[in-house]
Amino acid sequence: MTGLNKLGGRTWVVTAAALIVLLVINAVLQPNFLEPSVVQSNLTTFLPLVLVAIGQTYVILGGDIDLSVGAIVALVNVVTVTVIAGLGGDGTAVVIGLVAGMGVGATCGLVNGLIIAGLRFQPIVTTFATSIVFSGLALWVLPQAGMPVPEPYWRTYAGSILGVPTVYVIYVVAFLIAAVLATRPFATRLKAVGGLRTAAFQTGLELGRLRVSAFMLSGLFGAFASLCLTGETASGDPLMGQTLAMSAISAVVLGGTALAGGVGGTLGSVLGAWVIGMIGSVIFFAGLPFEYQTLVQGLIILAALAGGVLVTRR
Amino acid sequence: MSRFVDLAKNPLLISSVAILALLILGELVSPGFARGDQIVRLLTVSAILGIAAAGQNLVILGGREGIDLSIGAVISLGAVIAGNVMNGSDAAIPLAFAAACFAGFMIGTVNGLGVTYLRIPPLVMTLGMMGVIQGGLVVLSRGVPSGNAAPALMAFVNRSAFLGIPGILFVWAAIVVLMALMLKRTRFGWSIYAIGSNENAAILTGLPARRIRVLLYGLAGLFGGFTGVCVIGYTGNSFISVGDQYVLPSVIAVVIGGTSLAGGAGSYTGTALGAIALILLQSVLTTLNLEFWGRQVIFGGTLLLLMLLYGRQARLRV
Repeated sequence: MTGLNKLGGRTWVVTAAALIVLLVINAVLQPNFLEPSVVQSNLTTFLPLVLVAIGQTYVILGGDIDLSVGAIVALVNVVTVTVIAGLGGDGTAVVIGLVAGMGVGATCGLVNGLIIAGLRFQPIVTTFATSIVFSGLALWVLPQAGMPVPEPYWRTYAGSILGVPTVYVIYVVAFLIAAVLATRPFATRLKAVGGLRTAAFQTGLELGRLRVSAFMLSGLFGAFASLCLTGETASGDPLMGQTLAMSAISAVVLGGTALAGGVGGTLGSVLGAWVIGMIGSVIFFAGLPFEYQTLVQGLIILAALAGGVLVTRR
Repeated sequence: MSRFVDLAKNPLLISSVAILALLILGELVSPGFARGDQIVRLLTVSAILGIAAAGQNLVILGGREGIDLSIGAVISLGAVIAGNVMNGSDAAIPLAFAAACFAGFMIGTVNGLGVTYLRIPPLVMTLGMMGVIQGGLVVLSRGVPSGNAAPALMAFVNRSAFLGIPGILFVWAAIVVLMALMLKRTRFGWSIYAIGSNENAAILTGLPARRIRVLLYGLAGLFGGFTGVCVIGYTGNSFISVGDQYVLPSVIAVVIGGTSLAGGAGSYTGTALGAIALILLQSVLTTLNLEFWGRQVIFGGTLLLLMLLYGRQARLRV
């Protein structure tokens, strides 16, 4: 037990252990689990949640929370799909559509950040209110699900770039962004803002700018997630991504980032997202009746949370 | 001047003005909106949200980022339990009511234990609990709606009991009075504000902060179960996601009513007015005959506007 106590603050080690256990169970239940195509298909399924969880980590580190990211995913999806269709659906149109989608994500994050940091609003209620606005706008852009994306889009997403599966390229790029950000002063300053806001302010940190940047990152990673989901579904859906925000928050907390802010990191969140994905997969392959899946998934997540807290508690 | 500013920032006043303005707007847009029976109808809907928000209000007042996101699932559970226990029989109403409230109280207590003794953040604990209850409901019901409200319960919620006012409104009025008395006049009420505003100081004065917080979550669950009974009385039958629509509105009613999400300050009277304002806003937006997306955008925008008035956090520069 003393050995476990030394983990203090590094809940992600526990999460990693949980992930390994889940991987072993899944490998036993699903014989072809380690085949490259199955690994790739699993990682593809988990990718949107991983991306949203990375973005959410920055917001939570800064002591805020972003409930609107699910609505951002929907808005980015419908804007991208509509822009691509409006421009004729060729290669240039796809590129412009992707840029437009990322622009929408970053802008939504900017709006959240400006309202919360600039006007001193409470993040939970504010991002809930903006999520209503964002999903309203998504329904305005595209009232009904439909409007397919051109074939090159989803073919590229399911295919590979220079011999490497596109999904892995996206993972690497996302990890690189997270790794670079982790070495920048930004990460330390953001933790200071989330840890002790008054002290951070008194040492002269630009709180507003840091918090707005965190929300923009969340919006941007939400956009990445949305573009990936669009690659999977190959069509527009104004109701896409509704459960993503809550799952991402669970992933971030599972990964050891404190909801109070100031402690944690993106590595843990990625592990947390994978754990949540693997729980779903294990339950599926354990052949549990469909109606028990939500219950068991909920119980496991609660148990994992309680376990992580107990183990790292000082 | 500063007295004027203080007055203009009083949540009770703002909610009351908003309620009045919305009634006038509704009457202008669609004559008959502010007719007596219409108002009673809107108040009935507000009462259901208001009772759910009572539980939300308690956990938020208790501080430590208190919030109960499982309240929607508890409402659904309460409705399903009550519906199955009653199954259309008036005689079983008391038992149904007790069962729903007891189940809610037990779930809330588990939330409270997780939050205090395992130190799981309330947002995550109650979110996880929401998943567990929803999963449990799927298992229990196999996705098929079951259970019926007893006629007397439906009459209690929907029909006039006295002077055209249904019984549920009298019950809600009683809850408003009791909550105000409890929060402002009893030792337990004061200790809620004490642990909500400065928990360490409260513990040093000898308050059992943890036990109080567990009880607050238990009460939130109890109010959730209570709401579930009202919901099935309102709709007649229950389905397993019937409570979902109350989760965030219950938080918003509390915020509009002037209770700080940081805990330790606020009142249930404000929350009750907040619930009425929220329901009125939704109703006016429906009457405006806007498309769904337009209603959504205006609804979200109005919430932001209300927060601009008094939902703001303290300035760091003093």
